[in-house]
Amino acid sequence: MIRFVLDGEIRTLERCDPTQTVLEWLREDQRRTGTKEGCAEGDCGACTVVLGELVDDAVRYRAVNACICFMPMLNGRELVTVESLGAAASLHPVQKAMADGDASQCGFCTPGFVMSLFARYQASDTALPEPVDDVLAGNLCRCTGYGPIRRAATELTPDAGTQARFGGTSTVAQLKSIAAGAGADWSFTDPVLGTSRRCQIPRTERELGQILAESPDATLVAGATDVGLWVTKQHRPLSHLVFIHDIPALQSVALEAGGVRIGAGVKYADALARLRALHPDLGELVRRIGSVQVRNSGTIGGNIANGSPIGDTMPAFIALGAGLELGTAGGVRRMALEDYFIAYGQQDRQPGEYVKSIFVPAPEAGLLFRSYKISKRFDQDISAVCGAFALRVEDGTVLAARVAFGGMAGTPKRAAACEAALTGKPWTSDTIESAAEALAQDYAPLSDMRASAGYRMKVAQNLLRKVWLEATGSGRTRILEAS
Amino acid sequence: MLERTHPDKAATVLNGDVHQSLRHDSAHLHVSGEARYIDDLPEPAGCLHLYIGTSARAHARIAEMDLSAVRAAPGVVLVLTARDIPGVNDVGAVVHDEPVFADGEVICHGQSLFAVVAVTRKAARLAASKARVTYEDLPAYITIEQARAAGSLIERSQVMASGDADAAILNAPFRLEGAIEMGGQDHFYLEGQIALATPGEHGSVHVFSSTQNPTEAQHLVAHVLGVPSNQVSVEVRRMGGGFGGKETQSALLAAAASLAAVRTGKPVKFRMDRDDDMIVTGKRHDFAITYAAGFDAQGVLAGTRFDLASRCGASTDLSMAINDRAMFHADNCYFLGQAKIVSHRMRTHTVSNTAFRGFGGPQGMLGIERLIDEVAFRVGRDPLDVRLDNLYAGPGRDVTPYGQTIDDNVAREIIETLAETSGYRARRAQIEAFNVRGDSPVIRRGIALTPVKFGISFTTTFLNQAGALVQLYADGSIQLNHGGTEMGQGLMIKVAQIVANEFQVDIGRIRIMPTSTEKVPNTSATAASSGTDLNGMAAQAAARKIKRRLTAFLAQRDGVAEEDIHFSNNRVTVGAAEHAFEDVVKSAYLGRISLSATGFYKTPKIHYDRARHRGHPFYYFAYGAAVSEVEIDMLTGENRVVRADILHDVGRSLNPAIDLGQIEGGFVQGMGWLTTEELVFDAQGRLRTHAPSTYKIPACSDRPASLNIKLWEAGENREPTIHRSKAVGEPPFMLAISVLSALTHAVSGAAAHRVFPRLDAPATPERILMAVEAARAEMKRR
Repeated sequence: MIRFVLDGEIRTLERCDPTQTVLEWLREDQRRTGTKEGCAEGDCGACTVVLGELVDDAVRYRAVNACICFMPMLNGRELVTVESLGAAASLHPVQKAMADGDASQCGFCTPGFVMSLFARYQASDTALPEPVDDVLAGNLCRCTGYGPIRRAATELTPDAGTQARFGGTSTVAQLKSIAAGAGADWSFTDPVLGTSRRCQIPRTERELGQILAESPDATLVAGATDVGLWVTKQHRPLSHLVFIHDIPALQSVALEAGGVRIGAGVKYADALARLRALHPDLGELVRRIGSVQVRNSGTIGGNIANGSPIGDTMPAFIALGAGLELGTAGGVRRMALEDYFIAYGQQDRQPGEYVKSIFVPAPEAGLLFRSYKISKRFDQDISAVCGAFALRVEDGTVLAARVAFGGMAGTPKRAAACEAALTGKPWTSDTIESAAEALAQDYAPLSDMRASAGYRMKVAQNLLRKVWLEATGSGRTRILEAS
Repeated sequence: MLERTHPDKAATVLNGDVHQSLRHDSAHLHVSGEARYIDDLPEPAGCLHLYIGTSARAHARIAEMDLSAVRAAPGVVLVLTARDIPGVNDVGAVVHDEPVFADGEVICHGQSLFAVVAVTRKAARLAASKARVTYEDLPAYITIEQARAAGSLIERSQVMASGDADAAILNAPFRLEGAIEMGGQDHFYLEGQIALATPGEHGSVHVFSSTQNPTEAQHLVAHVLGVPSNQVSVEVRRMGGGFGGKETQSALLAAAASLAAVRTGKPVKFRMDRDDDMIVTGKRHDFAITYAAGFDAQGVLAGTRFDLASRCGASTDLSMAINDRAMFHADNCYFLGQAKIVSHRMRTHTVSNTAFRGFGGPQGMLGIERLIDEVAFRVGRDPLDVRLDNLYAGPGRDVTPYGQTIDDNVAREIIETLAETSGYRARRAQIEAFNVRGDSPVIRRGIALTPVKFGISFTTTFLNQAGALVQLYADGSIQLNHGGTEMGQGLMIKVAQIVANEFQVDIGRIRIMPTSTEKVPNTSATAASSGTDLNGMAAQAAARKIKRRLTAFLAQRDGVAEEDIHFSNNRVTVGAAEHAFEDVVKSAYLGRISLSATGFYKTPKIHYDRARHRGHPFYYFAYGAAVSEVEIDMLTGENRVVRADILHDVGRSLNPAIDLGQIEGGFVQGMGWLTTEELVFDAQGRLRTHAPSTYKIPACSDRPASLNIKLWEAGENREPTIHRSKAVGEPPFMLAISVLSALTHAVSGAAAHRVFPRLDAPATPERILMAVEAARAEMKRR
């Protein structure tokens, strides 16, 4: 059973299809058609809805992509759609600003933009903190060229009275009343297709460990930004889904001695500030992962678990020497993050294990740390090459070097030959050149739709040169500065 | 009813008159989610869902197609193949070479093979994936080069010539030859292709189709069903974007859904998933262009030769007219001297390319703009000066390669004004100094000004016609129908303004009706930027008919001369008396006056002899210019447009807010075409970039931080177009050529402006980095 709030009512679904998306439920079951399907993979934002979640007795509103959000993920939350805001005759200020500002042309992407701006509208009392370009990076518009939308967003000043229409005491009370108690467990059978699947929403790591001990092949779902596509695009017949978003123990970001520990269920959005505090380049990497909607759903733990060769934070974490904790019913296993990635599609995760947390060491004073993401488009793109460098240089000598890349091999991988060509060598451009050449021994990248092998190698080498220029030269070295 | 209207208020200015900035008529519905697109309509009871199975090969004989597992899949009601088509198995727009379902042979990857109809969309999609098809591969031509090597064409190569270009080039003091290649572009309308067909009596069918061309959808559905056109009605309220992608490509969906509806007796909906939409439907043509020019020391062209080769894909579709338009725009704003333009239309085993904003014009124009840049580099002048010196001008320099005299030329005034207001010359000097000094070890900057001259009219002359149906009701309210379709461009509000102006009533009295073949027959596609020009005139003609009847009625009723009857601001003065508009209408109804009328318009003056490629294909030209400034990263090829300034001529704007929206949207879409949007086909002819995860249209932050757009205030159409306005849909797209030109300038800056680089489009980080590397290597060699 799941329970959530919609338009002031608590909705209870006894046995929903755990792979039904919120978008399908809205459009097909409820005929609430204001929310649109543009791509069904979380990349266009036409389906943007806002989820309200209790945080410290207040409701925090965040935009997510309904097309890859599964129904069980609504459990204990409030769902806000464009219809919740206002009708044509009674527009919400966000809607009115968009309409009066000539910010819609064909109008199909518009409800998604409205919802992204609504989440921003609710986010603060007076000042609107996040840059508009970031807030809207996950909403594609093909008609307007974005100018009128940006203007409407920029000129919008939240009004406390309108803000108070959402997240008031009654909503808080409702959300408290449906805050999950015991874990949920049900089975669903598709009336047309005849397929069945089991859904479990554990509340504790202990429950999770037990579930996985019994069903090691169950599909773990955190933010569904990857698993969502298994369903909407690949039609994988998932027979057993275990949602981990309601396990509080996996949701914490904690400062520990020498670094930050991030629970496997922590969303990118919740890790951003802590990682940015460690180093601006880390913050910039996270800012450029997906979009607001994707970062509000996707988790670092999920990105590790799925072993993607292009997970953008992995090279930086590996370069910093991050550690990984895997949990089971029996206990915890620890390893260096880089050792987890064995080969493409193959990770060192044993049956019954789940990703528990990652520890990211803070760059020590004096460490030369840089990371770069290279993609066709700056925002919401997957990297062609992602490189990270952690060098300790003292008295003109490179004492230690950790270099890692994504997009250069079947896994995020350290550059052993390059590191060797740096370590113990004088800190000179000649050393950099020979280390750049050594990258050719470390990687044999592929050509694909994102980039050719030749470009990938050239860029990887040039990123090392960029580290050198940034450390020793003057003048601008980046089109986009890390904020 | 339209917003911003106050019919009861006696305002001094008509609310919703022409030349006013009114927001989109559906804006309040867009933002509230109440605007209905086809997938939002309530599904009729018993609605079934259709999906297609598609070819996994680029070119093959179908040895066996075993659909037993498809039929046996849960929820399946019906499976349809080529054998189930009662009429003609074809949805080709011009030539009958585009089957609904492949029959025996597949000619591109993603080609429709069969359809499955099921009780849910999910069931239909799952079932469609269960087909077992055995192919015997045949030789496949994927690229332009492969097709050229094999001589694979959709029609014979076309030649447009004036004078003897080869001799002029040979005898010129300076000569150069060069080449540029440019990729295609996916439309990426946010609303994917969709059709919903409901069967009626006597084998008739009603189709909601997300189409720019309801009449053609009607005709093609009728052909497929083997029924006369009057049995098929096609309707569309609005599309979630079109851009040319729903001009012909929507027909497959309309035809398949209609066939299934007639066969099952149930309503049938066919909505494609984004990935399938991108794989199955056509795109902008990619082009490979080579050029040669002969010129003097100032860079003035004496002779010019272009060789344009394009990838048309597996069927003809609109490729003939698209490639013609590329030839028509190989001159852009310039007198080419003696000119020869050769166009090769390559038939490949890839999805059939189709209309896309600009319709070949951008590709032709990109060729000449690159040529001019290279000529300027060769003679050591600012490209702006070479552009100015080559513009069409007075007698002797005013005839295009196709023989049309340019008599409405405002390019020079626009360019010179923009160069001034944008500070182009000073900025260019600063930028080159920045580059040559090496102020940054990594960043190089570039700037360019490029103009646009775009010919307005369908070059297929008979398409330049339109119809409208205007109906007054006895209470004075108005329904407006015309053949144009709304895809976000603001056509409906502009035509409503025209009708409001004619009747002199507030726009709030007018209800804009969905486009339907039942209301206005035999229409042309809403395309070629012509929507307002054609339909606005037709609606005006219809309104004038009714107004004439009202005037004659009032003259007779009150014994007043017709000259003394005036419609103004919701009132009608009849001699000394004044009446409310609605009272006049009521009175006319009681007087048994017909209050409904059709209107018709055909564009005058135009003609074209395609066999000789001579004539007067365009009624007029739309002009504009843009200055773009960019920066690139020499280590990674990353780049961005930091500033753009645009001055564009829309004649006397019918609605400045709408026109500015078209200009900005067109420019950013053009930027996407030339920078981040890369279609990648693999060696087997499979599209590898078929979703927004891999195909990158501009995002919000890609819009230049500084983007200054102005309408050309002196603009007024010389021809008596609707209220002297000019078409605006396509021309601004080509303003983005300034971005590629500026990027080329920045790359040359990586070699201290001593090398002219070859930079193809889209200028992805990879292409830019490779161009930087090549330019620097060449500089070292020298």
